[in-house]
Amino acid sequence: MATALLEVTDLACRRGGRKVFEHLSFGLAAGELLALVGRNGSGKTTLLRALALLVRPDQGSIRWQGAYVGAEPEAWRGRLAWLGHLEGLKGDLSVAENLLAAERLRGAPPAEDRLDSALVAFDLPALSSRAVRTLSAGQRRRTALARVVLAQAPLWLLDEPLNALDAPAQAAFRAVLERHLAAGGLAIAATHADLGVPCRTLELGSTAYSPPPSSGEVAEGLRGSAASHDPLRPFGAPPPQEGGGGERKT
Amino acid sequence: MSGFSALVARDLRLVWRRPGDVAVVLAFFVVATTLFPLGIGPEANVLARIAAGVLWCAALFAALLSLDRLFAADLEDGTLDLLLLAPWPLELAALAKCCAHWIVTGLPLAALAPVLGVAFGLEPDVLLALSATLLVGTPALSLIGGLAAALTLGARKSGALLALLALPLCVPTLIFGAGAVEALATGGDFGAHLAVLAALALVALATTPWAIAAALRQAGE
Amino acid sequence: MADLHFLANPARYRRFSQRVLPSLAFATVLMLAFGLYLALIQSPPDYQQGDTVRIMFVHVPSAWIAMAGYGLLAALGAALLVWRHPLAALMARAAAPVGAGFCAVCLLTGSLWGRPMWGAYWVWDARLTSMLLLFFLYLGHIALSRAYDEPERGDRAAAILALIGVINLPIIKFSVDWWNTLHQPASVARLGGPSIHPSILVPLLWMAVTLFLLFVLLVLLRTDTEIDRRRLENAEQQA
Repeated sequence: MATALLEVTDLACRRGGRKVFEHLSFGLAAGELLALVGRNGSGKTTLLRALALLVRPDQGSIRWQGAYVGAEPEAWRGRLAWLGHLEGLKGDLSVAENLLAAERLRGAPPAEDRLDSALVAFDLPALSSRAVRTLSAGQRRRTALARVVLAQAPLWLLDEPLNALDAPAQAAFRAVLERHLAAGGLAIAATHADLGVPCRTLELGSTAYSPPPSSGEVAEGLRGSAASHDPLRPFGAPPPQEGGGGERKT
Repeated sequence: MSGFSALVARDLRLVWRRPGDVAVVLAFFVVATTLFPLGIGPEANVLARIAAGVLWCAALFAALLSLDRLFAADLEDGTLDLLLLAPWPLELAALAKCCAHWIVTGLPLAALAPVLGVAFGLEPDVLLALSATLLVGTPALSLIGGLAAALTLGARKSGALLALLALPLCVPTLIFGAGAVEALATGGDFGAHLAVLAALALVALATTPWAIAAALRQAGE
Repeated sequence: MADLHFLANPARYRRFSQRVLPSLAFATVLMLAFGLYLALIQSPPDYQQGDTVRIMFVHVPSAWIAMAGYGLLAALGAALLVWRHPLAALMARAAAPVGAGFCAVCLLTGSLWGRPMWGAYWVWDARLTSMLLLFFLYLGHIALSRAYDEPERGDRAAAILALIGVINLPIIKFSVDWWNTLHQPASVARLGGPSIHPSILVPLLWMAVTLFLLFVLLVLLRTDTEIDRRRLENAEQQA
């Protein structure tokens, strides 16, 4: 197993006095995808936000190449591409304007050819001058995903990337994600659906809601380790194409 | 700095797409100031006496009126997360947002005020002074109002709350802005007033971006 | 283990407050009784203002406490933002209305005092106007800290506001003084002038200490209540 670029150790978050998760540890190496699964409210989004330093964890550490990411937050933010449950697009700007504005906010004017290839990857060239407010939910999601690709960041943090995507768009997303991973990128995606790409799985959840431990592993709901050779859930060890194995099997 | 100018440019472009939003604020400014002669009476020397205070108060209200969408729109469509995740200081992003707000409200208000001042019977040099004080003072209003907007982000009844937070903090700017104009009209030291007004704007510039950034981070949590 | 994060400091505070509060309350009542004797009976009436000068024994300490109270809010705000001290948030939430109350007492007594002195209940005196703006700052703090569904958000937003407010307070005071000299003849008598006779000074300082103890007592009591309230909310959320 390759050495982990991203190491998360003993992470704990609470919101409004309520524990969301604790004792969460995992590592992620170049080219790896981590799928965060778990019921609604199990803390998938909170974990993504904690990784992006948007939420301050109560405990634990996040390290990138051995260095604590909180020490140089701006450098860390430069390594991230973010897709939240909101698209982060301005309705009054066109698709292309949105992508360019987002890229300039990251401090780098993008080359036109990269913009074009990001648009092509999600079948957006025909829509590129349409105002985002006139687009459908799926078209907006595709635009947001194009923004993620355009950022050229080593680590993608994706919250439900497949939301509202139709089958061709999902296939496009898979292709792009595989290319990112093949190039040595990392990705962490909170998801309810099968990502369709080989991945490791981290199950989040509270004791109260966790299913009977059929796999014999998840006795406590708040199990945090996720290792590819030690899958927590049966669908965590995927055959190459079948991937994450779909919805919960309980 | 490229991120800073990109953010200012983006916000200006957004306003450009919806010029009506700025027009409404300016219309409010005009209508609100016109109410004073109607309420007080058209006596020329009374109007000239109160003109600076009235125009400054109306400019303050107009600036606040347009502020509650400053960060709320970004929060609603998720672009606030992109600002929080931009690889440069959030304090600069806060400053950029306030800067864009000043360009689309402070500048037009400063340009419009002399026109309204004519209706209050102000002398030409006083009109110029009025415009100058607004030019120097409105950045402080944008910054303080921006702080109030960031603090009330996601709060219940944020519009009224924003005014409640911002208005007491804007009092020094109001006093010296209107005071400078009056000083000129009554033979006082206009330059000294203007210098204090500029100092107030600098204090706001030095303190509010940090506070706005802190407030935005909390809104992102 | 993790539950102690929230409870540790408040629990220690609770033990402290249970030991201190009864004796503090007792001391405050005794001092207040003696202070009222000093202020209302023992001290002489003013040769110009007569008995109305006695309003000062409440008015002036209230002003001091209201200002110190806002300083306390800022200090608690810093403690919350820098060290994330959970008790600081609850204490700020408890202290703001008490400080606002003293501010309101100062304004009301000032207005009552103004009637015989100036012939009007409200005069745009520099000190009174500054107190009025301080009262508005208190109102903003109280409203902001209670404006969120998540109380922690309100706590932290109000903490930022208190810090900015305390920076601006001297600026506001300076501007109002400037504005006042600009717009009013200087001959108007000021409340609480510089020349105070010892026969008045002693009761004044006594009342100041007493009312300060009252402020501390009220803040500690209300902090207890806030701890209970927050625990209840957390318990409801967890259930």
